[in-house]
This record gives sequence, C-alpha cells and structure tokens, in this order.
Amino acid sequence: MRLIAENLGGERGGEMVFSSIGFALEAGQALVVTGPNGSGKSTLLRVVAGLLPKAEGRLLLEDGGDEFPSIASACHYLGHQNAMKTALSVTENLRFWREFHGEGRLDVEEALETVGLGGIGHLPFGYLSTGQRRRAAIAKLLVSHRPLWLLDEPTAGLDKASEGRFAGLMTRHCAEGGVIVAATHLPLGLEVATELKMGEAG
Amino acid sequence: MWSLLLRDIRLSIRAGGGALTGVIFFLAVIATIPFGVGPDLKLLARIGPAILWIGALLACLLGLDRLFQADREDGSLDLLVLGNDRHMLALTVLVKCVAHWAGSVMPLVIAAPLLGLFMNMEPLAIGATALTLLVGTPAITFIGAVGAAVAVALPRGGLLISVLVLPLTIPVLIFGVSASYGATANPDPFLQPFLILAALTLFLGVLGPVAAALALRHGTD
Repeated sequence: MRLIAENLGGERGGEMVFSSIGFALEAGQALVVTGPNGSGKSTLLRVVAGLLPKAEGRLLLEDGGDEFPSIASACHYLGHQNAMKTALSVTENLRFWREFHGEGRLDVEEALETVGLGGIGHLPFGYLSTGQRRRAAIAKLLVSHRPLWLLDEPTAGLDKASEGRFAGLMTRHCAEGGVIVAATHLPLGLEVATELKMGEAG
Repeated sequence: MWSLLLRDIRLSIRAGGGALTGVIFFLAVIATIPFGVGPDLKLLARIGPAILWIGALLACLLGLDRLFQADREDGSLDLLVLGNDRHMLALTVLVKCVAHWAGSVMPLVIAAPLLGLFMNMEPLAIGATALTLLVGTPAITFIGAVGAAVAVALPRGGLLISVLVLPLTIPVLIFGVSASYGATANPDPFLQPFLILAALTLFLGVLGPVAAALALRHGTD
C-alpha cells in the first residue's frame, strides 16, 4: 500500500492555507506533520481524509486492494473531537464503532485493556476525564482494522505513561504494515517517522 | 446499520434525548386549544383532526435540529461521512431518520389517541387520525432531514430548519387532514387522500435521504 500526495494545496474560507505539499508513504512508514498554529496541519489531514476538497494537486492510494479501494475506506480519522456519545457507556460507544466500521480486530474489552482503561467500560463516556476520553478514542482505532491512521493531535491531554503506550501502539501499527500521518506539536516518540514541517517561508 | 439504529434510538431515550420533549410540547399545544376555542364540544370534535395534525407537525419540527448537529459536535458525523464506501451515506441518513422517527415521533403517534379525547373526537375519527399520523409523519422526518443537513453547520439552526421545512410539509398536512376527515364525514373519500399520503412518504423516503446526504457531503469543513 502506498499513499501519495503531489503538489497538494488546501484552502479554508477561500484562502490558501498551504500549497505544494508532497509526500509518498510506503506501508510501514509514518509521517509527522509539525508546524505552528494555523499552518494548516488539521486542514491537511482533513484534505487527505477527503473531508475537505483539495484546492490543487493529486492524492491517491495505490495497492489498497479490494478491501480498501479509496483513502476514505482505508483510514481511521482521529480528529480533535473523540466521536463518542457522552450519554452512552464507553463499551456501548466502542461496540457501535466496531460494528459500524467493520473489519473487527480487537474486542472492546481487549482494546480498553490495551489503552489502560480496563474495568471502566460500564461508565458513561461523559464521566471520563479529558485524558481518559482521548484514550477511549484511541481504543476506537484498535477495535476495527484500517491500514491508514490519520491522527490530529492524538496525544492532546494524555499523560506521560499513556503517551509512551500510544507510541508503542503506533510503532506496532507501522511494523504490521500500516501507515500513519499524524499532525502534532508534541514529540510523539515515533522513531521511524519522517517529518514534514509546514508553514515555513517558501 | 442495525448498530446505528440501536445507538440512535438508545440516545433518544437516554438523558437529553428528544423522546419526551416532543410529547410534552404536543400535550401543551393540544391542552391549550379547548381553553382558547371555548367549550363548544361540536366545534372541538370538528376541528380535532386538524389540530392534532398541526400539533404533531410542530412537535416533529422541534427535535429535528439535533438530527445531525449532535453528531457533528462530537465528531461522529465526520466518521459517518467517511464511511460512505462501506455504508452509502444516503442509507446512513435513512437509518438515522428511521431511528429519529422511532425515538422522537412515534411517541407522538402513540399519544395522539389520548389527546384526541381532549378534543371530544369520536373513536373512529381518533383511529383515522392516528393512522394518518402513523403513515404521514415519516414524510415530515424525511423532509426535515434535508433541512437539518443544510443547516447542520449553523449554531441555533433550529428556527431556520423550521422555516425551511414548514412550507414543504404543507402537502403532507393537507392530505393527512383530509384523509382523517374522509373517515368520518360521509361524502368525502378516505382512501384516495390516504394513498397519496402513503405515496408522499415513500417518495420522500427516497428523495429526502439522498438530498440530505448530498448536503452533508458538501457541508463538512
């Protein structure tokens, strides 16, 4: 599987936020997008996911196979929001996404254990702290399989131990042939990652 | 798709859901009418089906703004849109509409016979009105979904949705009420307006989700 972006440009509200972005990621590679606030990191991720139309350039996924014909079908998008319902319990939320996304991988319980939230699946999602909510959202990446992870500030609100655990999860995902594009301004602890700096002059 | 249906129905009956709000609003509208119109029992019985329909229509509009907005606020909508390749977005919207109808509108249909007693309606008129509501209210939800999808990005879009949607629901109201009258008033037909009502629901059941899906697809930012 290869994710290729050529000469990509994105706009927000009619104004170009970034242009001439290019990268090519093979299976097992990760890209960390860094840059100051407002440099277009989130916009880039949303353009790659297909949630925003691209202003210019080319974007394609090669060798996804029958299962993952397009980027949208091959990706997990983890945005600023966690996409969980506060009125439902953590387990109910995860079970819903597992069934909706299909391609089940880990059990809900296993996924919660993996992110260190074992034993609190019965609580309503609204009762969790910011960091716990983020960890539950990360568990969502694990319950169903997608080769491409698009992560927008994935470690916002996480403590040191959880950051380390998440770095391990990302490394394992890459080792299994996955691809990660992560926008962040915190170091993610990913050793294999290449870095894309946005918002610099030129 | 089952999981989405179950999740949305579950949400509508949990805290903050719309199931009870609509019924209480419906009750409030119907309960105030006899005070305003006066104690003329014949008149109340005559206008009963129309009042029930108008009350149900307004109560339907009440919860519509949350149909997609709640999903947008917590980021779920992005993932529903991205799931387009596995679950066609129009189908996802249809399932959300059905869940919204089952969770928020069906309680209105169930409450309608009881509220018909407030209006001194005969059993036959109550039955006919409840039946037309059962068949006609899904059409209102499907039209409303288009309005809700267009206004999804607007804060406090509820009023805008009502203004957008209300003119389009007028045919449903007209045929619903005339079928209800047709059941009791002798020369008026029941079956013809009732079938047109059913046709409206089926037609909008296809058109509404497709249009709403298109609006959602282009409304992400």
